[in-house]
Amino acid sequence: MILGLTRSWSLIGYLITAVLLLPLLALIVQATQPDEAVFTHLFDTVLPTYISNSLLLMLLVGFGSLVIAIPAAWFVARCEFPGRRYFQWLLLLPLAMPAYIVAYVYTDMLDYAGPVQRAMRAWFEWQTPHDYYFPAIRSIGGAAVMLSLVLFPYIYLLARTAFMEQSSHFLHASRVMGCGPWRSFWRLALPMARPALAVGVALVAMETAADFATVSYFAVPTLTTAVYDTWLGYGSLTAAAKLSAIMLLVVFSMVGVERFARRKQQLFQKQSRLNEADRYHLAPAKAWAAWSYCMGLLVVSFLLPFVVLCAYAVDYFSESWDDRFWQYSINSLYIAAIVSFICVAFAVVLMFVRRVSPRPSDKLASRLSSTGYALPGTVLAIGVLVPLTYADFAINDLMAWFGAKGPGLLFTGSVFALIFAFCVRFVAIAIGSLESSYKRISPSLDMASITLGQSPRQLLCSVHLPLLRKGMFAGALLVFIESMKELPAALLLRPIGFENLATYVFQFVSDEKLEHGALAAIVIVLVGLVPLIYLNRSLEQSR
Amino acid sequence: MSTLSIHNVTSDYQGRVILKQLDLTLQQGEIVALLGPSGCGKTTLLKAIAGLQAISEGSISINGQVLSGNGIFVASEQRGVGMIFQDYALFPHLSVADNILFGVKGLNKLERQTRLEDMLELVKLTGLGDRYPHELSGGQQQRVSIARALAYEPELMLLDEPFSNIDAQVRHEMMLEIRAILKQRNVSAVFVTHSKDEAFVFADQLALFEQGRIVQHGAAETLYSNPNSQYVADFLGTTNYLDVTVTAEKQVDSPLGTVFSTTTLPHTIGSKGKLLLRPQQILLQANDKGSAEIIERRFLGSVCHYHVVQNGVFLEINSPMMNFSIGQRVQLVIPEHQLVVFSE
Repeated sequence: MILGLTRSWSLIGYLITAVLLLPLLALIVQATQPDEAVFTHLFDTVLPTYISNSLLLMLLVGFGSLVIAIPAAWFVARCEFPGRRYFQWLLLLPLAMPAYIVAYVYTDMLDYAGPVQRAMRAWFEWQTPHDYYFPAIRSIGGAAVMLSLVLFPYIYLLARTAFMEQSSHFLHASRVMGCGPWRSFWRLALPMARPALAVGVALVAMETAADFATVSYFAVPTLTTAVYDTWLGYGSLTAAAKLSAIMLLVVFSMVGVERFARRKQQLFQKQSRLNEADRYHLAPAKAWAAWSYCMGLLVVSFLLPFVVLCAYAVDYFSESWDDRFWQYSINSLYIAAIVSFICVAFAVVLMFVRRVSPRPSDKLASRLSSTGYALPGTVLAIGVLVPLTYADFAINDLMAWFGAKGPGLLFTGSVFALIFAFCVRFVAIAIGSLESSYKRISPSLDMASITLGQSPRQLLCSVHLPLLRKGMFAGALLVFIESMKELPAALLLRPIGFENLATYVFQFVSDEKLEHGALAAIVIVLVGLVPLIYLNRSLEQSR
Repeated sequence: MSTLSIHNVTSDYQGRVILKQLDLTLQQGEIVALLGPSGCGKTTLLKAIAGLQAISEGSISINGQVLSGNGIFVASEQRGVGMIFQDYALFPHLSVADNILFGVKGLNKLERQTRLEDMLELVKLTGLGDRYPHELSGGQQQRVSIARALAYEPELMLLDEPFSNIDAQVRHEMMLEIRAILKQRNVSAVFVTHSKDEAFVFADQLALFEQGRIVQHGAAETLYSNPNSQYVADFLGTTNYLDVTVTAEKQVDSPLGTVFSTTTLPHTIGSKGKLLLRPQQILLQANDKGSAEIIERRFLGSVCHYHVVQNGVFLEINSPMMNFSIGQRVQLVIPEHQLVVFSE
């Protein structure tokens, strides 16, 4: 803490925070505007279905991921079987796979015209769909399965850590009191992991609520698709803002659950770590079962879709490998580069002010600026459109008043809106990365530097920045990757005629010919793998 | 002139008072220890002196110049104080040499080099300037941080529990060495510790804290032999208390008989109080018909520590006589000395 810190630092911090909070505030203001009948109409007709679909989907995906993830986490954390060390990180891979790609691949495979049903018909000599029952893929249940397949790693990761951090003393205590592995699991490990599981389920539910592409592809109307349609279909910002506000309510209650559970988690996880030797050594049959479970999960959620993608890419290479692919890759890259630079710069200033400022309000400001991360892409896009539309109109009106020709849609019609939205959403990642780096810098270094006569700016430049290099790099990398992958905000905010890899791939998914965009899809998956490698490395190091 | 002068300093944090009306002065070249249990405010006072903690009342001045108080606040970076930390606070990305020269300004290249060499020699680290902090032992790192603070030529040195991360075997030697360096340079210092042993070795003066107040301030011997409260007496060593009545100017009546004082007691005749007896102020004599009994014995090397009961009074006694056993009867003798009696 620097008591004599000048107000200008605080002011810069407030300014950044204000910019980052603008979409959320604008959204709330817009949502309280008088209605234009669109919302009333929606409310009377389809809105209840949208809401119930959203909630049902969250419930199904939360439960589905939980059921899939817990056995995997338990096997990997607490049992010893061949390949355990590899599954430890392999089971994170599905996170890199966008759900809409998985959904596309399985639909292609499992629907009426797909190879599976064709083979069944050939085998059993069925003639029409009426001769047999096959579950509908394009349904809310199908969407729940697809989303569970790619979101379960959140729960897996947290549960695995929770199981590993449970002190081996508990295990010993339960063993000497005659509890076998099965009873120890139900009576000790699972109850103690509850807070971690709750955090995981909340994260999964948030991601589900924010999902646009999968439900849109399956034509399951939810709040997210409703926001999208209301804006693009009816062109009503107010109605879209009102829908977004409902969405925010859902998302922020999940954030609340997550925060609450995290606090509980700290109570449960502060004991010594598990020893390598304390794992259950499984008998061959059981070890084989554990291996099959993990392998099956990996195949279904990642390997199979990825192999299919690769097959598409090989078959349709000449269609994929064209100028557009390069152009859109470059678009994705430069947007992501600009966004990650801005996010890290903002995060450095905000975290520095939070660390050294003696004023409590400064610390609050920087905390608030992470809020954007909770905003689903579609909601964020509406939030960005509201103020930027006003700004565009204001500028053009002003120019007209001076008798000059206005510049047109300066903000909403350019990549500015896209970059702005991405910064709002992803600055939290950079802040998180710098926060953990900052935690490793002892506060006495600050005091030493200050008492040795250095100014706050010198403290930042000659002590903090060199020590934050890794955190800045990691933050920039993660923001970069998220910006490459983000789809819904990009769909709503891209200027006309502008495509990046994500929107390009989604276009092919919508048009039922992902085969032609398979190369771009593979790039998105591979880019998504990078943070997982990074995440896994940091997990390995912390053990 | 006093180097440091603290007058009526009060500090609060989020509505909780941490420092209450503290007064403290320090002469040039003197070392004062701020002593007390954790959370008593001693580190807060240190930070207030460094300008890292705000004060709500009172003033802090160095060499007559007000740094905090009376509407004045001099920023930490302009105070010219050196600070030494428990975790050494060396900059991990800078070499030993760069750490030492971090705060040095306005010197040319040659002068900087000379300053560096002087400092390395002073803290006996000559030749290690190119190393990085993580390549040094804990003790060496603390020396670098001393050198870094001294290279800045501070008016005052502040040390925040600097020895608590040093191995017990080398801590004592390290304390004497750093004390010698400070004395050699005639640097005044404020030293925060929770260990009375460290305070006795390192400091000239002690200021004992209790919940944000300085309860007694003075030379270590004074505080030990003439504490102004039971809190001070207990903090500085093992204590026994006897319920006594003052029967004459230099005499009290106790459950162990009459005890004589070498000095006049400030209490009125007939008043009651508690007589402080240190474990070594009660002598043991072998006597089969003695009215005291040994109930516990612990060998401590140079002395033996006994628990003794007489007439229901429990006493802890250190004696150079090692040969008493549990259950043995002894006679207790309290030689005439300067008695300390706390009024009820």
